[in-house]
Amino acid sequence: MDQNILTVENITKSYPGVRALDNVSIDIKRGEVHAIAGENGAGKSTLIKILTGAVLPDSGKINLEGKTYPAFTPHQAIDLGIAAIYQELNLIPYLSVAENVFFGREIRFGPFINSRTMSLQTSSLLAKLGIAMDPDTLVKDLSVAFQQIVEIAKAVSHDLKILIMDEPTASLTVKEVRHMFDLVKNLKEKGVTVIYISHKMSEIFELADRITVLRDGRFIETLRSENTQRRQLVSLMVGKELGETYPEKTAQKGNVLLKVKNICTGDLLKNISFKLEAGEILGFAGLVGAGRTQLARAIFGADKIESGDILIDGKKVFIKNPDQAVKHGIGLIPEDRKLHGILANMSVKENISFSSLKDVSRFRIINSKQENNVTSSFRQKLNIKTPDMNCRVENLSGGNQQKVVLSKWLASHSRILIFDEPTRGVDVAAKQQIYELIANLAEAGTGIILISSETEELIGMADRILVMRAGSITGSFEKGQATQQSILDLAIGD
Amino acid sequence: MKRNKKFGEQLGILIVLIFLVVYFSAVTKGSFIRADNLLNIVRQVSMIGISAVGMTFVILTAGIDLSVGSLMSLINIVCALLMVKAGLHPVFAIFLSLVVSCCIGLLNGLIVTMAKIPPLIATLGMMISLRGMSYLLCDGEPVDGFEDWFRIIGQGDIWKTPIPVVIMLVTFILGWIFLNKTTYGRYIYGIGGNEQASRLSGVNVTAIKCLVYSLSSLLTGVAAIIMLSRLTTGQPKIGTGFELDVITAVVLGSVSIFGGQGRLTGVFIGVLIMGVLRNGLVILDVSEYYQQVVSGMVLLGAVAFDNLSKNSKNTT
Repeated sequence: MDQNILTVENITKSYPGVRALDNVSIDIKRGEVHAIAGENGAGKSTLIKILTGAVLPDSGKINLEGKTYPAFTPHQAIDLGIAAIYQELNLIPYLSVAENVFFGREIRFGPFINSRTMSLQTSSLLAKLGIAMDPDTLVKDLSVAFQQIVEIAKAVSHDLKILIMDEPTASLTVKEVRHMFDLVKNLKEKGVTVIYISHKMSEIFELADRITVLRDGRFIETLRSENTQRRQLVSLMVGKELGETYPEKTAQKGNVLLKVKNICTGDLLKNISFKLEAGEILGFAGLVGAGRTQLARAIFGADKIESGDILIDGKKVFIKNPDQAVKHGIGLIPEDRKLHGILANMSVKENISFSSLKDVSRFRIINSKQENNVTSSFRQKLNIKTPDMNCRVENLSGGNQQKVVLSKWLASHSRILIFDEPTRGVDVAAKQQIYELIANLAEAGTGIILISSETEELIGMADRILVMRAGSITGSFEKGQATQQSILDLAIGD
Repeated sequence: MKRNKKFGEQLGILIVLIFLVVYFSAVTKGSFIRADNLLNIVRQVSMIGISAVGMTFVILTAGIDLSVGSLMSLINIVCALLMVKAGLHPVFAIFLSLVVSCCIGLLNGLIVTMAKIPPLIATLGMMISLRGMSYLLCDGEPVDGFEDWFRIIGQGDIWKTPIPVVIMLVTFILGWIFLNKTTYGRYIYGIGGNEQASRLSGVNVTAIKCLVYSLSSLLTGVAAIIMLSRLTTGQPKIGTGFELDVITAVVLGSVSIFGGQGRLTGVFIGVLIMGVLRNGLVILDVSEYYQQVVSGMVLLGAVAFDNLSKNSKNTT
């Protein structure tokens, strides 16, 4: 029997202005966990889309279990036993776990749906995966982690041969990640081949048997993970040696820009007080759900504050909605870029100028020339990779989209910038650039609030770190005092 | 390059329009394409066109305004009563009618943004009650007896061009500037594409939405006054189904019903397609029932053709 379950040969796929995959060939062995590593824009997502039939390659062929195909249709991919789990889940919220698992192939009794059998079969399926879950729960009531498990169960129920996982741990807590790993190992034991895509080195090395590196749409190398060093992998991904260093910051702290006094909103935020000085990077650590995003949204006027005061430059301000926050010079780079950050239907230019149109317009009429000049200058300054400024922002890679969102706030001269997980889903090189940008902004006197779940990042970047737990601030560290352990202790509590 | 891309977006429906014109010219042995007939076509669709500009703004924000047909009836009656019963000077009556239109649009906007009722339902409710109001105001009877020169608006010419057509062209030009050259237009596209992100970028979404519904109603008010002037009687049953004509024109113009996508140049072509089709079928003496069947088919066919021509461009 063939040792390779799947080989792709000389696959090429171009989008307007971008060659997403350039003559890529990869072989996947039966029953292995094969990681695909690469920066944003390396072509990982395009590869998955081709394997699941979501897009057609321009040329090349796919070989699955000895048969050759020019391309898959989505239906074909499912029939052949290929399933993918994306960061965005494809479940129907108001149906139960069992109904989702059997969606489209309901077990019927005559014309009626046989709910009982479906529930029972789902239970045994979940039990085989080592998961205890009530099959009659509505999917909307499950956490993201459990929703992913439902997706996996759905895939397994179709005689699954190859499971593709695209950044499956991006929105999971530490405990849930462990669970996910166990599940992947469990699937591997059952003979399922797993293609695993992640930015996190630790995950790749823990799970993968082999690692394929893609860069700029080209195949670079396939490595055995036990013979590979972390540094070696990173430099292959980036194309040059790169240290995980944080930029030196020499900014002097200045006067107090923002002062928050006893902010409360229901159970989510309890008596939060802190101050932010000009040129300071203030880090917020905590677990998912500790209230950091709520705090950012409350300061930004996106959510209502029940009590407490916000002072900017020592003056009390009332921020009832984001447009008032913007007028006070606050900018928010949100956690969920697709949902809250970019305007996917609009161009790079229009995205960058969106919050500062008043600067490039007179009597509400936009001066195109001025707008082009301002936005082009940010393209250069931040090194945004785009074929041209009228390109739709949705065609850019994640890291470049993040730079577009940041440019929007720089263009509107924000003095206080709130970064909510700015490096999530961003590759190593883009991370480095974002760190440098943040440090430069602080040097120029911007006050920065940095919310991050990567403690290493906070320790490296922040002048001061506040730790949150269950809506309260539970501790604070000056630069150099914090360790990962001490932050985690305060974040988890007892 | 950039110009070509934008032009390309409307290529599909432009082909449909040209095809229809050529077809009707051929089967009518040229009488369709005569200047007076073409002018007639544009005059017939001028009211749909004027209202379609406002509807385009609304649909671009991912909304819809079903109340325009009933509003047309209400403003028709209100303006007629102001002149006949209250004895106001026509200019003053027109001004007051437009103020009323604007207020109703603002109310639509407030219902959508403050009461958070989906636009389809909010404007459906308005559509039903406005129609009732207009019957109540006139007891269901036609209102007539205007000063002669009020007819000029609907029936007069400027440089041999009917005044309604001039008003429509001016509306499209101002609308185009508003949508493509002002910050408001940019925010409209932004809200339709991603309302959350627009709000978090500091756009006052409530204000912009109120603005688009007000403009939709204001422009419908203008169309209603033209209608009144053409018919010279205020009738409560006027404007029945008008909202569907307007929405059809916008959708024909390849504006996405999900918001954020579409251009006014396309809507202009959509309006012309409707006019050409109606006029052509009348000249060919097609019965009214068949006209409806054909109009529906052409709508579906044109939108399908447009979508397919766009998709083929995306994949190559």
